[in-house]
Amino acid sequence: MLLSGKSFKFGNDVNTDYIISGKYKFKTLDMNELARHVMEDLDPDFYNKISEGDMIVAGTNFGCGSSREQAPLAIKHAGISCVIATSFARIFYRNAINTGLPVVECDTSQIEEGDELEVDLAEGLVFNRGRGLEIPVKPLPPSMIRILADGGLIKHFQKHGDFKFD
Amino acid sequence: MGKTIAEKIFSLHAGEDVHAGDLVVAQLDFVMGQDGTAPLAINSFHEMGGRGVFDPSRVAFVIDHSAPSPNEGVSSLHRLMREFASEKKILLYDIGCGVCHQLVPEQGHVVPGDLVVGADSHTCTYGAINAFSTGVGSTDLAAAMISGKLWFKVPDSIKFICSGVLPEGVFSKDLILFLIGEMTADGATYLSAEFSGDAVKALEVEERFTISNMAIEMGAKAGLMEYDEKVEKWVKSHSTRPANPVFPDPDAGYEEVRQYDVSRLEPRVALPHTVDNVSPVKDVEGQEIQQAFIGTCTNGRISDLRTAANILKGQKVSPSVRLIVAPASREVYLEAMKDGSLQTLVEAGAAFVTPGCGPCVGTHNGVPSDGEHVISTANRNFKGRMGNSRAFIYLASPATVAASALTGKITDPRSYLQK
Ligand code: SF4
Repeated sequence: MLLSGKSFKFGNDVNTDYIISGKYKFKTLDMNELARHVMEDLDPDFYNKISEGDMIVAGTNFGCGSSREQAPLAIKHAGISCVIATSFARIFYRNAINTGLPVVECDTSQIEEGDELEVDLAEGLVFNRGRGLEIPVKPLPPSMIRILADGGLIKHFQKHGDFKFD
Repeated sequence: MGKTIAEKIFSLHAGEDVHAGDLVVAQLDFVMGQDGTAPLAINSFHEMGGRGVFDPSRVAFVIDHSAPSPNEGVSSLHRLMREFASEKKILLYDIGCGVCHQLVPEQGHVVPGDLVVGADSHTCTYGAINAFSTGVGSTDLAAAMISGKLWFKVPDSIKFICSGVLPEGVFSKDLILFLIGEMTADGATYLSAEFSGDAVKALEVEERFTISNMAIEMGAKAGLMEYDEKVEKWVKSHSTRPANPVFPDPDAGYEEVRQYDVSRLEPRVALPHTVDNVSPVKDVEGQEIQQAFIGTCTNGRISDLRTAANILKGQKVSPSVRLIVAPASREVYLEAMKDGSLQTLVEAGAAFVTPGCGPCVGTHNGVPSDGEHVISTANRNFKGRMGNSRAFIYLASPATVAASALTGKITDPRSYLQK
């Protein structure tokens, strides 16, 4: 899977309440509505700045806090193609892959706001086009790429009726 | 290099030799959902096109969080679970059976060497009997019910070696609160915690569950312990399934090894509003409380009720305190009847509620009022946890909670334990 878009940079410990505030997430199960409020407390205009394919870039412990699946779903429905962070909170990481949002762990110190990025999930590479920099990442195993390519675990099961990785 | 307990259990269940950092699809031995998470998973199950579950004898639903139902909304979710359970022929533990994390090991569903998931963050409890068990979300629960498998990233491990002898009046709850204070709430994120050393070996299995239960409060994915004669005996008396004990290799690789001597540990309490805000009880002694709660998957077992009964025997709870007790399961309740702890606690003034989560998660059974201070044997004291964000929750051992109920103030239990 090859992704490209520009970077929006955030700091460390972005919790699930920043990603989608509790006051919205209990109100509706309409993910397109939730997406309008994504990252609102950190940047009130964030949703309107996103072009399809753009990426969230962050520091350590991205997605800490509650285990709600609304957090990765809201990011995905806002048009973000992938989240790149130094590290992720465990349950967010699982929920992201299960809901079809690619997540990449790498050193994000060489990425600035607005950088044009390309991500090759299979090869395990983040290419910072503007700066001509290649940042290595641990490639996702084919099984995870398969779930992501199917659009998440629910769609993966709809298609195959089970985990199907061969 | 050798392997940790986690690496061995994942290798066995993935059918290949795996190490920390590897992603695997692994076979599950048991799958659990409770009334806060199962209803959503039922929806996902249908969306995924699920028809049957992989093995009905290895899937259980537990109705424990809001049991019996406090309102119509919850009642309809409970009904959804009952209908699903009877249609798919899976195990159902309905109201009054107890808390999920007490029932799964007590009813013999988990044995050493198992890989278990539950849609509840405290599923890590069963690490105390040498099983890798961890909490997952609702989509994961649905996939697990259909296929009997899930994907995992094999975690790195952190080892705690606790040596020395816990002093009289200091319990496993005090030890785990102390360790969480040292590690902070995210100090072990992604990691599998292994608790070992003489101090852990000296604990009974019941007491060990308290430690594994709270591994998640330092961010850990699991809270594993080694297999020994005590585990062997405990498991044999609860399950007919064969155990498959797993030992860490002497040259296993750990991200960190921490050593503690617990011989001088004092009773601990977690102060509002985070679990890692831990102090010695003596620093907050005298803080008035209005409610005390003994129960939950952390400390609602028979040994906990006995400890409380020991302190309250022949005494009366302070008139300014409401003492609520929720046995962790029906079996615990019956045991307490047989050995007299139930009578002792009721005579002292305790209000018993249905075996289950009780007031732990704030849906019913003892929501505190604005500005009230509550001391509880539970595992979380977040703002609003017991249903009122203007109340203050302190976490402590059953002994500290009982002594505090007696005096009306947070109290060091050591001079209140009767012979
Ligand atoms: S007793 Fe409390 S912590 Fe344990 S499962 Fe129930 S709500 Fe969760």
